[in-house]
Amino acid sequence: MTTAPPDNFWNDTGRTGISSWIFSTDHKRIGLLYFYSVLTFFLVGVALGLLLRIELMAPGRTIMGPQTYNALFTVHGVVMIFLFILPGFPGAFGNLVMPIQIGARDVAFPRLNLFSWWLYLAGAVIILVSLFTGGGAPDTGWTFYVPFSTRTGTNVSLAVVGVFILGFSAILTGVNFVTTIHRLRAEGMTWTRLPLFTWSLYATAWVQILATPILAITLVLIFSERVLGTGLFDPSRGGDPIMFQHLFWIYSHPAVYIMILPAMGIISDIIPVFSRKPIFGYKMIAFSSLAIAAAGSLVWGHHMFTSGMSDNAVLVFSFLTFIVAIPSAIKVFNWVSTLYKGSISLEAPMLFALSFILLFSIGGLTGLILGAAATDVHVHDTHFVVGHFHYVMFGGTGFAFFAAMHYWLPKFYGRTYSQRGAIVAWALMFVGFNVLYFSMKVLGMKGMPRRYYDYLPEFTTLNLVSTIGSWILAIGLLIMLMNLFRGLFRGTPFTGNPWGGATLEWSIPTPPPTENFIEEPVVTHGPYDFTGTGRP
Amino acid sequence: MNPAALTSTTEAIDPVFMFIFGACLVLLLAITAVMLFFVIRYHRSRSPRPTSQVAGNLWLEIVWITLPTLLVLAMFYYGWAGYLSLRQVPAGALEVTATAQMWSWSFSYADGRTSNKLYVPVGQPVKVELVSRDVIHGFYLPAFRVKRDIVPGQKNQVWFVAGKPGSYDLFCSSYCGTNHSAMISTVEALPKAEFAAWLQNSGKGKTTGIDGKKLAEEQGCLGCHSLDGSSGAGPSFKGLYGAPRDDGKRRVVAEEAYLKESIREPGAFVVKGFQPIMPSFDHLSEEEVSALIEFIRSVK
Repeated sequence: MTTAPPDNFWNDTGRTGISSWIFSTDHKRIGLLYFYSVLTFFLVGVALGLLLRIELMAPGRTIMGPQTYNALFTVHGVVMIFLFILPGFPGAFGNLVMPIQIGARDVAFPRLNLFSWWLYLAGAVIILVSLFTGGGAPDTGWTFYVPFSTRTGTNVSLAVVGVFILGFSAILTGVNFVTTIHRLRAEGMTWTRLPLFTWSLYATAWVQILATPILAITLVLIFSERVLGTGLFDPSRGGDPIMFQHLFWIYSHPAVYIMILPAMGIISDIIPVFSRKPIFGYKMIAFSSLAIAAAGSLVWGHHMFTSGMSDNAVLVFSFLTFIVAIPSAIKVFNWVSTLYKGSISLEAPMLFALSFILLFSIGGLTGLILGAAATDVHVHDTHFVVGHFHYVMFGGTGFAFFAAMHYWLPKFYGRTYSQRGAIVAWALMFVGFNVLYFSMKVLGMKGMPRRYYDYLPEFTTLNLVSTIGSWILAIGLLIMLMNLFRGLFRGTPFTGNPWGGATLEWSIPTPPPTENFIEEPVVTHGPYDFTGTGRP
Repeated sequence: MNPAALTSTTEAIDPVFMFIFGACLVLLLAITAVMLFFVIRYHRSRSPRPTSQVAGNLWLEIVWITLPTLLVLAMFYYGWAGYLSLRQVPAGALEVTATAQMWSWSFSYADGRTSNKLYVPVGQPVKVELVSRDVIHGFYLPAFRVKRDIVPGQKNQVWFVAGKPGSYDLFCSSYCGTNHSAMISTVEALPKAEFAAWLQNSGKGKTTGIDGKKLAEEQGCLGCHSLDGSSGAGPSFKGLYGAPRDDGKRRVVAEEAYLKESIREPGAFVVKGFQPIMPSFDHLSEEEVSALIEFIRSVK
């Protein structure tokens, strides 16, 4: 960063070289550590996904055998969920931006924050080791369903140890963020002046704290089942395999909201900035984050409508699932209303944010098919589900992550990317994405089960279309990353407040000073009050 | 039971799909249209400055909380009503037991007849009891919109009725390991008279001698053990009899005693290079095991 003013977080005066990063307690440096770690695993996950799609391009064996395919979709899921999406937003952008947004110099426990990253790294390394040792890469699917996961010869035991450690990283980040948001807000930063991204991280942090321990328990039980033969899930010894599914989803459904809530937060921050208008229904959006976090903890059973769970349970879980749809709908209506009578500029962050609304809506609405007991039965465990959760997780969280990259990274690097390159990449990704995943939804409606290495001839055409979509998406992704990183390291200087944001991170020098604020900030206006921010 | 009065599972579920899809499509188109209209109408080139700084509207919030709530409650209700029709087995249903194991199906009828395809009579409801020998499987008939997991130690069941003769796909829907995607079969819906004849013929064949080859097909052996020497999830049957076997610790020759043990207690000796995944076939009678071994000996 040769052109940057000397007093910024890139010019740490203490340690030098790699140790100035991996032992830094500066939330911005930890944020970037997380960012590059999760991005690396995201690209690993993408590569695995592309291989899966090539295998499914035509019926029969294309490039790999069934055992390899089963291991690849398991690793694709584990890497994308546990190493990219779950830690992605809180770890990368939560760390980079949240303390500045509330006017703090750092998070409440900076060393714990660094420890969380190290735990993340340790968990990731253990998972990677599990792929190449013992009986080979796990082939259970990321859900580790028993009794298959207790009897497969693959290296499930070590992989669950890795995920267990990742869980502690998430819990500690959650504790850190809740404490930070409660205790370190600047003078005048009332709860109703909190940026919505920070609000969403606050809701997320509670889910991380409360739900992740249940994952830890579940993983310990699989481990003891495999290593000690406890038989807790084995019906021939008084156990129950369905109990495992309950335990697994009690964590893993709320985890879906850990993945999507911060994405909704960034969208709520970006849309007002590029519309030059206050967010519509601030309190409703903030409240709906909490409502989603609370109600989302009570809907896990909708993953199990066909499992043989009692009909009463199906009734209750289906009902609660529809209830949790309402706060999500509220957010969508408020985002769209924010556009009304605004002055909209379609720069890269805004394009990603607007396409988030559309893709998330498609994902959410197809979720209603899955929430209704009658229709879920037909599409459960089919490619419809695969399409649905990719719309929510990739079209939702993924596109929001790209929006955040284009919105905030220039602030931290002091240089920016080419808008034209970003828009071309966005268009390719948007088209490729829909070709890839919409085909999957149709395949699922026609009855193609998921986790199928091979399929009947009637599914051939749509699988080919879907694979072609994956290539378009991959090309767009490649262009996006090249354009973005070329810009961040060698692009035109980015100074002041070019987007015209009103949250605190836009009030400090670019790149941010090590201590964030030159003098203690006093907050006198809301996060979306754009008077005096430069742009119209 | 009057077949005309019987609502098939497909007829019960499809209207629910239509209702939810229709409502979702209307919502999606409306959101997209409004969003696109705002983006075009209030683009900075047409709207250089925001013409409103409105930050909310209580009445709008109330409207767009209430209307979606009513809509999703309607979806919930129809979804639940449709689900109940999947759960209530009509009277006079034919009972079949589906036994799932890695990675094959076996269907058995009241008179002891077994088959690896699910033969059913047209127009008569069929109730399928679901039994798993090893891990969780899923019984899925896309054409009839029914699916139920097959959980070891649990009594699950589904019902459906075929309105027309024909062959319908039957998939394992719950991931069960290496050959999950090959664990497929069909429902063969036959006119009532034809079905009765099929049931009777095969019932008779059962009493005289045991056909080892047929048994190997029915029990799903051939899903993993090929007949042509190619390696599947398990060793090929071709040339197996009399061949040396090695599990990394011991060496034996595949003869009568070894094969018997491998069928009844597969975990006792797992040939090097293979996974210990074969379920026990201890439910077979002595005669059936002998017939299987005789068949394996014949594959050269």
